[in-house]
Amino acid sequence: MGESQMLRRLTYLSAGLAVASMASPASAYMVYVSNEKDNTLSVVDSNTKEVVRTIDVGQRPRGITISHDGRFIYLCASDDDTIEIIETATYEIVGSLPSGPDPELFVLSPDGKTLYVANEDDNLVTVIDLDRKRVVAEVPVGVEPEGMGISPDGKTLVNTSETTNMAHFIDTETNEITGNVLVDARPRFAEFKADNSEVWVSSEIGGTVSVIDNASREVKHRITFEIPGLRSESIQPVGVRITADGTKAYVALGPANRVAVVDAKTYEVEKYVLVGQRVWQLAFTPDQKTIISTNGVSNDITFIDVATDEAIQSVTVGSLPWGVVVHPN
Amino acid sequence: MTLQSATHRIPAGPTTGGGFSARQYLVCLKGILVREGLRFLNQRERFVSSLVRPLLWLFVFAAGFRQVLGVSIIPPYKTYVLYEVYITPGLCGMILLFSGMQSSLSMVYDREMGNMRTLLVSPFPRWFLLVSKLLAGVTVSIMQVYAFLAVAWFWGVRPPWTGYLLVLPALFLSGMMLCSLGMLLSSMIKQLENFAGIMNFVIFPMYFASPALYPLWRIQESSPLLHKICVANPFTYAVELIRFALYGQIDWGSLLIVVAFTALFLGGAILAYDPSNGLLSRRQDTGGNA
Repeated sequence: MGESQMLRRLTYLSAGLAVASMASPASAYMVYVSNEKDNTLSVVDSNTKEVVRTIDVGQRPRGITISHDGRFIYLCASDDDTIEIIETATYEIVGSLPSGPDPELFVLSPDGKTLYVANEDDNLVTVIDLDRKRVVAEVPVGVEPEGMGISPDGKTLVNTSETTNMAHFIDTETNEITGNVLVDARPRFAEFKADNSEVWVSSEIGGTVSVIDNASREVKHRITFEIPGLRSESIQPVGVRITADGTKAYVALGPANRVAVVDAKTYEVEKYVLVGQRVWQLAFTPDQKTIISTNGVSNDITFIDVATDEAIQSVTVGSLPWGVVVHPN
Repeated sequence: MTLQSATHRIPAGPTTGGGFSARQYLVCLKGILVREGLRFLNQRERFVSSLVRPLLWLFVFAAGFRQVLGVSIIPPYKTYVLYEVYITPGLCGMILLFSGMQSSLSMVYDREMGNMRTLLVSPFPRWFLLVSKLLAGVTVSIMQVYAFLAVAWFWGVRPPWTGYLLVLPALFLSGMMLCSLGMLLSSMIKQLENFAGIMNFVIFPMYFASPALYPLWRIQESSPLLHKICVANPFTYAVELIRFALYGQIDWGSLLIVVAFTALFLGGAILAYDPSNGLLSRRQDTGGNA
C-alpha cells in the first residue's frame, strides 16, 4: 500500500470516528443510589447502565443529594445520626455534618449554601450552614418530619410531618413556620414547581398527591391514582418530581410497582409505567431526558425515557435502594 | 384461479437439466401461492378466527394474569414487562402453529377432495410442489401475525420498530418449521375427522409446554419434568426466536434448533409424499374419492 493511499485511509478512518462520536448518545451522567440495607452507595453510569462502583458508607443510608458543582455528595446515614460528605472525585468520605438524630431526608438550598434536614425522631428541621458545617437553626415542626421541599427562589421551605399529616411552610429568612396545610395521611415528600407557584405533597397512606398553591397555602387539587387490578391500599405515593418546564410530573407509587405520569397542568394521570417492586424515590438526569426510580424490594433502579414515558432498562444495585441523585454534569 | 389454469399457461422456454426452466418453476410457485392466497381471502371467517384466538388470549387471559408475572427481568427484556407484553411473542407463535396445522388440514382435505392428485400429477418435482405449498402457507400465516401485532400495538404492546422488521425472518423460519411439521403429520392422517386428534395430541401440548405463556424458569420452579418437556419441544425455540427478534436480538441457539427441526420435518414430509417410498403410496389414497 502506497503512503498516500494509507494517508487517505487514515483520514477516512478519523472522519468516520468523528462522525461516530457525534452520533453517540447524549452525555453520560453518574447516578448515585443509596442502598438502605447493605449500607452502600452504588455509582451507575447512565449511558452504559452499569454499576461502576460500590462505596461503603454509614449505617442505613437514605436521603441523598449533591452539591451544585457536583464535587460532594451529602448522604443521610440515619442510624449513625450523621450526614456524610463524599467527594465524587475520589469516592472517599471526606467529612460529616451535624445533623441531629435520625436524619432521613434533606434539601439543599438553591444557592447551595444551606442544607435543611428533617430529623424524624425529635420533630425538628435542622438548618445547616455548609461552609461552616454548623447547625444554625432548629425549627420545631409536627411529629415525624420527613418530606423536604424548597421553592426554587429559595424563600420557602416545606416540611411534611408523617404523623401530624401536615405540610409546614417555613420562611427561610426567619426560619419560622408561616403556614400549616393539612394533607392526607402520612405525607412523605414535597416538590415545588420551577415557577414557585405550587408545591406537590405525596401522602403514602392517603394514596394521594395534594397540590398546594404557594400563594394562598390551600390545597387546590388532590390527585388520586387507580390501577386496574390493584387494590387501592397498595398504591402509596412517595417520591415526586416535576419537569423544569412544569408540564409533567412523575410520582413513585411504592408497592404498586409503578411510576405515575401526571399532566402537571390538568393534574390528570396520563400513564402508569411498570418498574421494579416498591418504587421509592425519583431523580431526573440534568438534561431531563431520563428519570430514574429506586425500587427497594427488587433491589434495582429503572431508567424511564421522559419523551416516551417508557421504561428503558432496570439495573440491579445494592440491597434496598432508597434515594437517588444524578451528578449535575 | 385454479392450479390447472395456472399450469396451462406455463410458457415454453429453454429447459434446464431437470426439464424445466426457472421461469416455469416460478409460474408453478405463483399458481400455488395465488391459490392459497385466494382461498384465504375468500374465507374471511378464517382470517377473523385466526385473529380472534390470540386476541382473546391477549385481552382476557393476560388481563387476569397481569399481576402474577412481572417479577423478574429475563432476556431479551431489559426491564419489567406486563404480562401481555410477555405473551405476545408466544401468541405470534400460536398463530403460526395453528396456521401450520390448518394447512396440514387443508392437505388432508385436498386429498379427500381429489385436488391433491391434481397437484401431485404436475410434472414438477414433488419436493418443489411441497415447498411451494409450504411457502404459500407460511406467507398467509405471517400476514396474520402482522395483523395481530398491529392490534396489539393499540393494546400497548409496543416493541421497538426495528423489531417489526427483524421478526420477519424469525416468523418465516418458525412458520416453515411448523408448516412442515403439519405437512408431515398430514401424510399420516387418513381422514379429515382425525384432525381433532392433531389438536389434542399436537397443538395443545406443543403450545402449553413452551415458554409462550410462562417463562421457563418459572416452569422449572413448579415442575422439573414439565421443564424437560418444554426443552424438548421445538415450539419452545420458535417462540424464543420470535421473542428475541421482536426486541432486535438474535437467539443463536434457538435459531440453530429451529433450522435443524425445519430440515428434519421438511425432509420427512418430502419422503412421506414421495410416491416411490412414501407413506402415501402405501396407503394409495392420493386420489381421494376418485
